[in-house]
Parts: sequence; C-alpha cells; structure tokens
Amino acid sequence: MTAILTLQDVRKSFGPIEILHGIDFALHPGEVHALIGENGAGKSTIMKILGGFLAPTSGQVLFEGKPATYHNGAEAEAQGIVVIHQEFNLAADLTVNQNIWLGREMGGWLLDHKAMRAATQALLDQLECRVSPDARIRDLPVSDRQMVEIAKALSRKARVLIMDEPSAVLTGHEVEVLFRQIDRLREQGVALLYTSHRLDEVAHLADRITVLRDGAVVRQALRGEMTEDGMATAMVGRDLKDIFPPRRSEFGPVVLELRDFAVPPLVSGIGFALRRGEVLGISGLVGSGRTELAEGLVGLRRHSGTVLRNGAETTIRSIAGAAEQGLAYLTEDRKERGLLLAKTLRENLTLSTLDRFGTPLVSRAAEEAALTQAIADFDIRAPKRDMVVGNLSGGNQQKVLLAKTMLAEPEVIIIDEPTRGIDIGTKSQIYHFIDRLARDGHSVIVISSDMPEILGLSDRVLVMRQGRMAGVLEGAEITETAIVRLVMGTTEKATEHA
Amino acid sequence: MRNLSLSTLGPLAALILLVILGAWLNENFYSAGNITNVLARSAFIGMIAVGMTFVITSGGLDLSVGSMAAFIAGMMILAMNAMLPRLGVGIPLVLAGMGVALAVGLLAGLGNGLLITRARIEPFIVTLGTMGIFRSLVTWIANGGTLSLDFGTREFYRPVYYGGLFGVAWPIIVFAIIAVLGEVMMRHTRFGRYCEAIGSNDKVARYSAVKVETVQLWTYIALGLLVGLATILYVPRLGSASGSTGLLWELEAIAAVIIGGTALKGGYGRVWGTVVGVLILSLIDNILNLADLVSPYLNGAIQGVIIVLAVVLQRGKSSAEGR
Repeated sequence: MTAILTLQDVRKSFGPIEILHGIDFALHPGEVHALIGENGAGKSTIMKILGGFLAPTSGQVLFEGKPATYHNGAEAEAQGIVVIHQEFNLAADLTVNQNIWLGREMGGWLLDHKAMRAATQALLDQLECRVSPDARIRDLPVSDRQMVEIAKALSRKARVLIMDEPSAVLTGHEVEVLFRQIDRLREQGVALLYTSHRLDEVAHLADRITVLRDGAVVRQALRGEMTEDGMATAMVGRDLKDIFPPRRSEFGPVVLELRDFAVPPLVSGIGFALRRGEVLGISGLVGSGRTELAEGLVGLRRHSGTVLRNGAETTIRSIAGAAEQGLAYLTEDRKERGLLLAKTLRENLTLSTLDRFGTPLVSRAAEEAALTQAIADFDIRAPKRDMVVGNLSGGNQQKVLLAKTMLAEPEVIIIDEPTRGIDIGTKSQIYHFIDRLARDGHSVIVISSDMPEILGLSDRVLVMRQGRMAGVLEGAEITETAIVRLVMGTTEKATEHA
Repeated sequence: MRNLSLSTLGPLAALILLVILGAWLNENFYSAGNITNVLARSAFIGMIAVGMTFVITSGGLDLSVGSMAAFIAGMMILAMNAMLPRLGVGIPLVLAGMGVALAVGLLAGLGNGLLITRARIEPFIVTLGTMGIFRSLVTWIANGGTLSLDFGTREFYRPVYYGGLFGVAWPIIVFAIIAVLGEVMMRHTRFGRYCEAIGSNDKVARYSAVKVETVQLWTYIALGLLVGLATILYVPRLGSASGSTGLLWELEAIAAVIIGGTALKGGYGRVWGTVVGVLILSLIDNILNLADLVSPYLNGAIQGVIIVLAVVLQRGKSSAEGR
C-alpha cells in the first residue's frame, strides 16, 4: 500500500534553532500510525507541518506522491487532511451545531438549520455523546468539548485524520467510544495519526509506531515489535543521571503542612507535610487540579482547610500574603502570567519586590545591581541587558522568572511546569538550580507533566487524580509504573465500570 | 533603541515644526501675549491629560472628564454663591470653593473607579454613562441656562486665571508642576511602574503581587482630582458654567495622550509626550486662527489627521519591536 501523506527529510527551524532534524515519516490509508516522544520532542511541529499550519524550512511534504499544494490549514482540510488540535478550535459563544458547520454551512442564501441540526445529532449519536446540538460550547465541560471537536473532524470526511492527544481530557468510557470510531475510520481506509502520552493506548491502537526524540526519529516499528517498556526507553533514550542532580538525603523539620485542604470546586481532601530541604513532586494529568491546588495555596484562589507554616496555623488570602509567609509560586504560564513580554529584563525582575528598591523613588542603580546579580546567579544569556523579555529564548525567560521569584527570598517555592518548552541543556541547568535551592535549605514543590522530571527530581511524589490525592510515593516506591498506575487510577477502574 | 527614539522624537519634531510654521506665518506668534494665551489654554486640557496618561497606561479609559469638569464648575459656583453671605468676598470664600471643586472631583473619580474596579464594568461603559450623567446634571441644575458666579466674587477670583508669578500665568505654573510631578511618578515610582505593568498584562501584575484594583482605582481618583484642579483655574476665566462647559475635553485629552506616544491599549506611558501632545493640539488651533491660510473651521480635521498619523507611527514602532 502506498503512503498518502509523506514527509521527506523535513527540517524546521525557528530563528537560529533547528528543532526538527531531517524527519522521514509516512501515513498509509487504513492504518493508525502513532507518533510518540517526550514533551518538546517535536510531535506538535510535525503535526502542524502535516496539517499545513507550518511550512518546513527544508525537505518535502508529499500528498498522494506529489508535492503538497496546500499552504494553510484550510486548504489542507479542503483536500481531506483534518487535524484535531490539542488546544480547542471552537468558538465558545456558538452552539455545538454552529461550530461543527462553521465555514461550511448548509443551505443557499438562507441557512438550512434543519439539515445541519439533524446531521449534528447523527454525529453526536455516533459518538454516544449526550450533548445537545444547541448547547453553547462555553457551557460544556472539557471532555464534551473534545467530543465536539472529534464530531467536527468526523463531519469533514477526512482522508487523513491527525489527532493530537485526543484522549488527554477524556474519561474511560469516552476513550472507548473514541477507539471504536478510530477502528471504524481505519476500516474505511482513512490514514490516522495518533499521539498520546499513554503508552498502553499506543500499544493497543497503533499499526505502526514512530518514536521521536529531540527532533529526530529514533525508532520505527510495526504493531507488536515494541513493548511499552521499549517505547519508554526509546523516548527517553539517555541516562537520566547525567541530566538530574544527585538525590538529597538530609531533610530538616516540617515547614509547611496542609490538612484537609480544598480549592472548591476542583480540588479537595489534600493533606501533606513538606520538610526543609525537600523536593516534592506533584504528578497527574492535565486537569487533575495540580495548578489549582498551588494557586489556592498561595492565595490566588479561594480555599478551605488548615495550613500550618513552621507548625503555626496561618491564613493566606493573597499572593502578597503568601510572600509574607515565605511562599512563592512560579506559574506554568510564563508568557501570560509570569512575565511582561514587552518590558525589559530589569522591569520584570523587580516587579514583585519593587518595594525593596526605594521609597518613594525607585532606585535605578539598585535595580541594575539586582539584574547583574541575577544574570550571574541564574546564567541568564541575554544578548543585550536592556532588551525586552519577549525576545529571549524560552529557557532564558524561565531563568528570568526564577530569578524574579527568588528575589523575594521565599523559603517554600512552588514551581509549576519548570521546563515546559525548554531545550534539554537548559532543562538540566534548571534541575540543578532546583537542587541547589533544596540544599540551601529551601523546600520546593515541583508540579510537572514530564515523567522523567518527576522521577529525576523528587524526594517524594504526590499524585493527583480528578482533584484528589491518588497517593504519595517515597524513595524506592517512586517508579514510572507506580506513578502511572496512580495517575490513571487503574486499581479503581475495574470497580468504577462494574 | 533607534525605533524607540523615533516615537519619542516624532511628536517633538512636529511641535518644533509647528512653532517654526507659526512664526513664519504671523509675526505676532512670538509675542508674549500669544505665547501666554497658547500655554494657558493648553493648561486645562494638559492637567487632565496628565491624569489621563496614568488611566490609559494602566489599561483604562475615562470619557467623562469633560462633563465632569462642567459638573465640578457648576457645583463650585453654586457652593461659592451659597457661602457668599456667610464668608463674604475674600480668600476664605475662594479657598472654600476650591475645596468643593477638589472634593467633587475626588468623589467623581472615586465613583468611576469603584464601578470599574469593584463592580468590574468596562471603563468605556462606566465613563460613557457618567459622561451623560454629569453633563445632564449640570444642565438640569442650570435649568438649561448658565450658572454664574456672583459679580463681586468673580472680580476677586479673576487673578487666579489672569494673574501670575514673575509674569507667568498661574495655569501655566500649575500645569508645569503637574507635568513634572507626573513624569517623576511615571518614571521613578512604584505607582508608575505598576501602571505600566497592569496595562501591559494585568494577569502578570496580579501574579506578581501587585494590587491591581487598588492601583487602577487611584488612577481614576487622581484624574478626578486633576479635573477639579483644572476647573479651579478655568472658572475664573469666564465666571460661569453651563451645559456646554468642557465640551469634547475628553477627546482632546485622550488625543493628546495618544499623540504623545502612550499606547491606547495600555502598558506604555509617557507624560512628557502627553505635554507635547497638548501643545501640538493648541498650536494647530492657534496657528489657524492667526493665519488666513486655512479656515479655522478645519481645525478638527487637521487634529484628526495628526491623531491618526501618530497612531500609525506608533504601530510601525511596535511591530518593529516585535521582531
């Protein structure tokens, strides 16, 4: 069988950095091809190139054996290449029905509401989705939005269907329905590309597997040729000891304790104690309440329960209050919540601690001195001192954010996704910063979706599932299998479906 | 840095060009009388525009300042006329009137600010509403006519507009002080830095422990006080207030801020620029009145072109910075 969509020696650079190094990759009709790799390995970029959203810097995209003629997502879709994006492309104020037919409405001068609604209902029935065609997207939970996105893709009569982690936000039953639809499409001869962090899904679904690491294909295999373990090894593919600092062994007294802590309505029943010099990893799926827990703890969200700081009960109502208690939170959303992209390094660095730089006039000299110190301490590589932060690389932005957070001299630091979208070299640097903080007597909570990161950094791991604690692992108990089991709730799954 | 200086120097170059043009077109342009006239007339809009710079920089907008000025003027005149029998013509009466003006300005700004920061209504909507309310109130109080200051009081109060220190009129002195204070506030204090941070991205500011609502509230309060101050200096000029006092001041103030290089979407404020913007607007008006080249009726059209041009230049700058 010949391939319908092929990448030949595709390279892609953003600025001076090449992130795809000569990818060869093919999708065949009637086949599910799984693309797996760590975060930042280049999966999303490959999918964007296949779907026409990005053009390769060099190399060729072949559609039915000829160079592809589409230049954007819409043109690709017109030729039958449909993408289900990880971040939703639905208009929140329109209904399910309006979204599914957006841009391809039925009817002539006047819309044929009846036909569209009937077609929508049929699609939803096929997906066993109970959402009304007239429901507004805004009012739907994330899993239903994903199902609407899938329904929309099905309505496109796709020849190639590209799915970017479609199961990430779905419940067990919805995933089963999705798999049945994938089987049906495969029988109809559609070429499918599937990505997921859940390796069991990949083993179950994929006819062909491509493993990606740091922008290059490291292994390709057919169904049954690779075990889940083999996939994980191929994905990580390096000795984690080189990247991560050695483990710490001495901890001080408990500095922060949570009892029956809740951030309604998302998170409840959280209790743990954090020791001085310890790194606590928090693992869990996106949407399991990890970020909400952290934001509740530092007063960005309403919360209930007891918080003990050095043994004394305390109430934190605002992020300023958290700072007074020596707590700092480093957001996962560097670009929208962490840094002012249009402002300089200096202005970003001192923003949350500006009251230490003089009253009533802010001392420019003191600010510059702090910046010099930060650049040295965190190895910030800025071509120019007075440049705006938005022009720095992601890794350097993250270092600025770290420096800004540490300027407040917190004792407990909560870091949400410390290395999202950062290259491996800077990642390692940040891991060593975190280690240094812990050894200097700070306590660090690391929230991460990156499994090697959790495994390599944490002294203890707290796993969250659906807003609750699924378990805490310590020492030798911290293994990928143990964490994944808690993340997925596999032991409880049987009883849930019974 | 080169792009940045273009946006700083652009308005300044335009101002210098206008001064040269004015001198070339009419020899009276450089006379002390004309310069005082231009500067004094700039002062009212100028003070308001300095306050507006902080509001816009922190991501807000205030459309109500013109109506607010009319309302404050009306209240001030009513209060002074009412207090006249008890206090008599003299400094206490004038000080009391000034106190009333500042108090009403503070309350009006506080009202706008609370509706925007506490009730979380869009600044555009809130101040569009209060714009109508203030103007309608003053028209109603004046019964559709004019509120006039008692004749004796007016004579006593007159020097606050027409008098001065070392030959410089009071409005010009006060405007200069406000401009310097505003520049220092914006560049060298936490308040100014926080305004820019909030306008740049209020979520980042919030996550950086900046009290976003409090800072925004203070920008509206400060603007209210500055409108009060401008009114104090404006009332002695005519000694009366009506439904048409301060008409379109809000647009002139916003235009001055924008011409000066402050971004309308917030995040980037320049008080010096605003001062230059105000002067540009008054100079155009002045030159058209002095020269017969173009009809003064086209004043609005020329100002409009300048505003659009200023924004085009700004956009060129920001897209170059984005690279």
